Amino acid sequence: MLLGALLLCFSLNSSAAEIQEANKLYKQGQYSQALSKIDAFLIHQPKDAEARFLKGVILTEQGQTDDAIRIYTALTEDHPELPEPYNNLAVIYASQGQYDKAKVALEKAIRTHPSYSTAHENLGDIYAKMASQAYDKALQLDRSNASSKTKLALVKDLFTPTTKATSSTKAQVTSTSTTALPAAAPAIPTVAVAEAVKPVTLKTEPIASKPVVIQTSESASPNEDILKAVHNWANAWSSRNVNKYLSMYAKDFKTPNNEARSVWEQQRQERIDKPQPITVSISHASVKMIDDNHAIVSFIQSYHSGSLKSTTRKTLEMSKANGAWLIQAERTSS
Amino acid sequence: MKYSYLFFLGLLSLPSHAAELNSRDMEALLVKSLNSVGNNRLDVALDEVDTLLKTYPNFKLAQMLKGDLLMARAKPLNDFGNDPDGPTDKMNDLRDEAKARLQRVQQQTNITSPKFIWQLNPEQKHAIVVDTSKSTLYLYENVNGQARYVENFYISVGKKGSDKNSEGDQKTPLGVYFVNAHLTKNQLTDFYGSDAYPINYPNEWDSRQGRNGHGIWLHGTPSDTYSRPPLASNGCVVLSNNDLSELGKVVQVGSTPVIITNHMDWIDDDDKADHKALLDEIEKWRSDWAGLNTDSYLTHYASDFSTGNTDLNAWSAQKRLVNSGKSWIKLGLSDVSIFPYPSQPNLVVVNFEQDYSSNNLVNRMKKRQYWIKRDNRWQIVYEGAAS
Repeated sequence: MLLGALLLCFSLNSSAAEIQEANKLYKQGQYSQALSKIDAFLIHQPKDAEARFLKGVILTEQGQTDDAIRIYTALTEDHPELPEPYNNLAVIYASQGQYDKAKVALEKAIRTHPSYSTAHENLGDIYAKMASQAYDKALQLDRSNASSKTKLALVKDLFTPTTKATSSTKAQVTSTSTTALPAAAPAIPTVAVAEAVKPVTLKTEPIASKPVVIQTSESASPNEDILKAVHNWANAWSSRNVNKYLSMYAKDFKTPNNEARSVWEQQRQERIDKPQPITVSISHASVKMIDDNHAIVSFIQSYHSGSLKSTTRKTLEMSKANGAWLIQAERTSS
Repeated sequence: MKYSYLFFLGLLSLPSHAAELNSRDMEALLVKSLNSVGNNRLDVALDEVDTLLKTYPNFKLAQMLKGDLLMARAKPLNDFGNDPDGPTDKMNDLRDEAKARLQRVQQQTNITSPKFIWQLNPEQKHAIVVDTSKSTLYLYENVNGQARYVENFYISVGKKGSDKNSEGDQKTPLGVYFVNAHLTKNQLTDFYGSDAYPINYPNEWDSRQGRNGHGIWLHGTPSDTYSRPPLASNGCVVLSNNDLSELGKVVQVGSTPVIITNHMDWIDDDDKADHKALLDEIEKWRSDWAGLNTDSYLTHYASDFSTGNTDLNAWSAQKRLVNSGKSWIKLGLSDVSIFPYPSQPNLVVVNFEQDYSSNNLVNRMKKRQYWIKRDNRWQIVYEGAAS
């Protein structure tokens, strides 16, 4: 988001020498010195808009966003006709992920100056960000890291060498000396020379990066035990270890067609105890605890034996008896 | 907003009353806001989508639409779903859902009685018809044995569509089924939503056709999403949880029919004539049996008749033997229900309560028969106890 442009319509007498000096220090990256200069100046002229604005810019750069917000907000109250403080407020809000607030601020900036291109450009970015948030929800993506990188532009200068400067190339070069900024992002001096209104682009890094929400499944340990039991069951089946396989079923196991346990065991024995290899693997398992001793597990079961290959979704009702998780009911669904 | 997006939506523009008819419904709200986009009222559309998302924040389709409405202010849009980095498969899933839902609303006019319900028995208070091609489940109520339309719901079916043939083919079966169980939240993981209603796939006809697989359920949706794409399951019919709980109020385990078709059609005069002819034939079958006219009785069975393990010859031999030991039979049929088979012309499923008594046996049972019309004559191809 763009952080920086020239204010054309606010004409004052040329800035105080102290402010120019502070601006110079700031552009050299000497933030604290610049800040001291500005503070000294503000003691005598606490209402000076240009000084307050510059202070806001420096504080933003230093990551002191709360203070910066306070300064910009006060400026919008004292000078509702200035679009830049609104714009920079929006940049800060956007960096915090508060896109709704950013949007409102930018709309105000545009209301004061409908042709203020930085705000228009920034507003476009805000909409794109908000869209991206909605898309993330639609597509169940977690791109919170990436999304905090806004490219909104902060307006750096409130009072630059006046509109008249547009006619003077020399003056322009000085005014866009932001290009000399340390570190930071790609500067575009040539464009700025050509067109005074064009904002100076500067990538603002995320100030407060949004926490990444990681969904953790509740209480890890019983889940692990249950999943282990399910894997043991699949392994016993795969290794055609009928006794082990059958031992995974609880005494009160509900046979699929209400047949007698012995009949069911006989069937399973015939199915499993064959010379042909069986591969049973499970994936996408999820566990739901009913209470301490009861749980529901569902997963995708891939079964492969000879020419028979099937992938089904299975649900097991598990219960814990004597410390072991056993199968009480088994269901397949699609 | 640019042309192609508007074109997409323009295709789907709706009569305004369509939205009002279902205004309490989620989908109607969505359609309304899509409609507003079509009319280039982005601000209105955004308000509508926000309203919708307030109630159903998990409605992903609405989130996607919201993304588009915002993105439209940043850059021109091309299609529905403009996330430049969105995974194509998920984007397409939501596009498919958008199309399915819009088509549903556009095409749900003049819903009348389905071709697949000729007669409900008094016990069956409701009946369900699923049209896999329209992502729609229709709920009907029983009014004097006839199906009267109540409501319809958006559903998802198998990833590979319909006409299930074998285990693991990820298709939804087509046929006449019945709800045969109810699984509650405590028996299910979150994946299935609030409830599940297994149906009796494979039924007698499926087995006869060599179709296999099992575990076809009507069930709900995981808590992290309001709905799933039109083709999403491994064969189950999936509803939104609130729709499923509404449906759950009327589902009767063991009797509610679930007829699954891939082409919804409405009952017409031909059906009524066929229905009457079939009832006459059933009555002849009953009176032939009760009158111990065994030869005549056996003419009601088709040459390819089978109970699954008994063919016509064995059946005939057994019936002749049994009937020879009778001096009289009384036979009453009641609670008859009749469902034409969706994927098989001229095949119907008939269920009834059979009250049989004879000089040496009294037996009351629920029976199921499959009748088929060939050369303008109805005959039985399957007969057995109805589970």
